[in-house]
Amino acid sequence: MSLVQSLDEALSAITDGIMLVVPREVCGVPMAATRALIRRGVKDLHLVALPTSSMQADMLIGAGCVKTLETSAVSLGELGAAPRFTSAVLKGQVAMKDATCPALHAALQAAEKGVPFMPLRGLIGSDVLKYRDDWKVIDSPFGNSDPIVLLPAINPDVALFHAPLADEYGNVWIGRQRELVTMAHASKRTIVTVEKIEKRNLLDDPLYAAGTLPGFYVDAIAVAENGAWPLPLPDTYKADGEHLALYAKMAASEEGFREYVGKYVLAMQVA
Amino acid sequence: MTFLPEELLADQIANFIGDVRHVAVGNASPIPATAALLARERGKLQGLGRPYVSLLGSAKNTFWTDGGRELFDCAGQGRIDVFFLSGGQIDGEGNINLVEIGDHAHPKVRFPGSYGSAYLYYVVPKVILFRTEHSRRTLVPRVDFISAAGRSEPNVHRTGGPVALITNRCLFTFADGRFTLVSVHPGHTVEEVIEHTGFDFERPSVVPETPAPTDETLKLMRDKVAPQLATLYPQFTAKVFEHRESALLG
Repeated sequence: MSLVQSLDEALSAITDGIMLVVPREVCGVPMAATRALIRRGVKDLHLVALPTSSMQADMLIGAGCVKTLETSAVSLGELGAAPRFTSAVLKGQVAMKDATCPALHAALQAAEKGVPFMPLRGLIGSDVLKYRDDWKVIDSPFGNSDPIVLLPAINPDVALFHAPLADEYGNVWIGRQRELVTMAHASKRTIVTVEKIEKRNLLDDPLYAAGTLPGFYVDAIAVAENGAWPLPLPDTYKADGEHLALYAKMAASEEGFREYVGKYVLAMQVA
Repeated sequence: MTFLPEELLADQIANFIGDVRHVAVGNASPIPATAALLARERGKLQGLGRPYVSLLGSAKNTFWTDGGRELFDCAGQGRIDVFFLSGGQIDGEGNINLVEIGDHAHPKVRFPGSYGSAYLYYVVPKVILFRTEHSRRTLVPRVDFISAAGRSEPNVHRTGGPVALITNRCLFTFADGRFTLVSVHPGHTVEEVIEHTGFDFERPSVVPETPAPTDETLKLMRDKVAPQLATLYPQFTAKVFEHRESALLG
């Protein structure tokens, strides 16, 4: 199959129960892909939001796609709490692996280096650490009574994000959103939606190359114009504040969320 | 000049920032952002090229080119001097809770999550806590969940921690695991602070009033800081700084 696929074809590797890593709310969130996953009804995801999320995690949780959520925070920012996330956690419908931002970055860095763990400062004495039985505290072998936390590598099955531009070789321009590169390095497969594909080689231009994820790491690309909407795409377009406010209002109740999904997810046709 | 409470708080926070190299401000923190930019404007007046100010969530006001981890790597190395944190609950030992209220297995309230607090609280030398709802609901005897601990055992690597807590009613400093009331904002009283604080704290026999921002400070905030804030915090900037007497006009 060619690297460039339809959205549904590209997302076919995201099957029930996999570990999926997605970027934070301002970093190229694949919202068109998220709507496609909800339409398909993917289930039991172990969702890793690096290191936080907003509407994307809230929608996936509200639509019943998530079994485990590993992140540092989910919030709609100035629009307040993420309502479907909050409700699901209080009802015990989603298993939480509460983290702290640098722990998620570090655990993915361990994966990209192919090492089993990464040490991190901080955390000791917190309940974040207390409730993470997969994290360990050791005495630093290079110190003298210097306890330090070890985080096991996070090796996601799939990294999924949205970016402004790809070329015909599968190289994806991510600009300064470097965590997208870490996500791709750390994951077994990487699926990217883009605004457009240009007939050129991004790696031929040093100005682009420095901000490019090489096609070597990319398994599937789908074109999804305005694919981060209603969230922003850095250096490309701003958030749709009005629509986000509409979501916050509708998702405040279970019924309102269903209505939102019916109107803006299920009814939306995707090329 | 008359002033709004937000301007008083920003002035006080700017004083706490002091003369440092790098101040970072998290998301949804308009008052700390005002304070950080005020500190930078004061630095300019003194001919200093500092502090650097990083406002997270604003590509214009950050220099990061290495992704989300760069902030935390910077902090781990001691390259961030001041950061700001809040909490759904804050207790008298400086512990903060950004996760939940109630029993962990069956929480009654869920907050967004700990963000970077469980790390930054330990490695940023001056963490300034701010909470604009000063009540027994928020300032509690003991937090239900410790997102980040106020103090650590002596052998735990710790180059940072809380130095102050500023609220809508007063200013506390934090040292040796306890808060001390430093001043009470105009229009508020010590009795009121005691009544609305869920933890014990130290206080001098006479507690001064928090000093009003000077005309020079108000002028800097309204004429220099407000225009820089408007893109990131349009609603806050409009509410606090627009349609108000400008020092230049007044």
